[in-house]
Amino acid sequence: MSPGRCLLVLATMVSAMTAVPAHAETIQITMDRLAFSPKEVNASVGDTIEWINNDFLAHTGTARNGDWDVAVPAEKTVTLVLKKPGTIEYYCRYHPNMTGRIVVAPK
Amino acid sequence: MLVRLSAAIAAICLLSGGAVAQSTAKPTDPQIAHIAYTAGVIDVAAAKQALARSKNKEVRAFAEDMVRDHEAVNKQALDLVKKLKVTPEDNDTSRGLQKQASAKLVELSKLSGAAFDRAYVDNEVAYHKTVNGALETVLIPSASNAELKSLLQTGLKVFQGHEQHAEHVAAALK
Repeated sequence: MSPGRCLLVLATMVSAMTAVPAHAETIQITMDRLAFSPKEVNASVGDTIEWINNDFLAHTGTARNGDWDVAVPAEKTVTLVLKKPGTIEYYCRYHPNMTGRIVVAPK
Repeated sequence: MLVRLSAAIAAICLLSGGAVAQSTAKPTDPQIAHIAYTAGVIDVAAAKQALARSKNKEVRAFAEDMVRDHEAVNKQALDLVKKLKVTPEDNDTSRGLQKQASAKLVELSKLSGAAFDRAYVDNEVAYHKTVNGALETVLIPSASNAELKSLLQTGLKVFQGHEQHAEHVAAALK
């Protein structure tokens, strides 16, 4: 096999391998002036939520059903991979008036 | 509690109302910064007393929230006055708040158990009501610097949450 042809085969194999799993998305939820934004997002199992805290206050993203509890220090970003499907209502434990919802579709 | 509440209101009225006889009718930004910062320091001290004395899970969680948030707001306030090159200025309202807070710390230091928890949380409800009222009616409208005003507005939102939280804890203790 010529080197060129060999590369082509390799490239095809690589692209086939990467195309197999559905592409997981990263969804950003911002914490700004004591509110989550957007307040509701749609996601799928395997997606990553990027919690971006723009406030000078510490916050959390805490699922009411107990699935997850993410502490997000002031002016930091923390990620969470969604592992279970469902409609998750969440809030900030430190500021319970901050609420939101993530609708997680099965993979 | 009521004595402290009315005295705090009186102190704030003194600043705004008493100023009628003076050249300006409202507190200046350096005075506002001092009052807001003092109010935060007072609540952190009260929370630390609660953390040292209370064994109640809800009371302790509330006190931890107070330390975390008020320290964060005050750090932001210090950064802002530094940036604006403003020196916070002591005044009658700050002194009034501080005096009553010191008396309250002494009063609460004589209590323990459920009596302490109730007194601490009831005072937190009253204190946040007073401070939030002052922020809404005097401090925010009087602030001339936009960044200071914005910080006070964020503070008010945080402290209104504290007031609700304190009311919730107070109801649970009844």
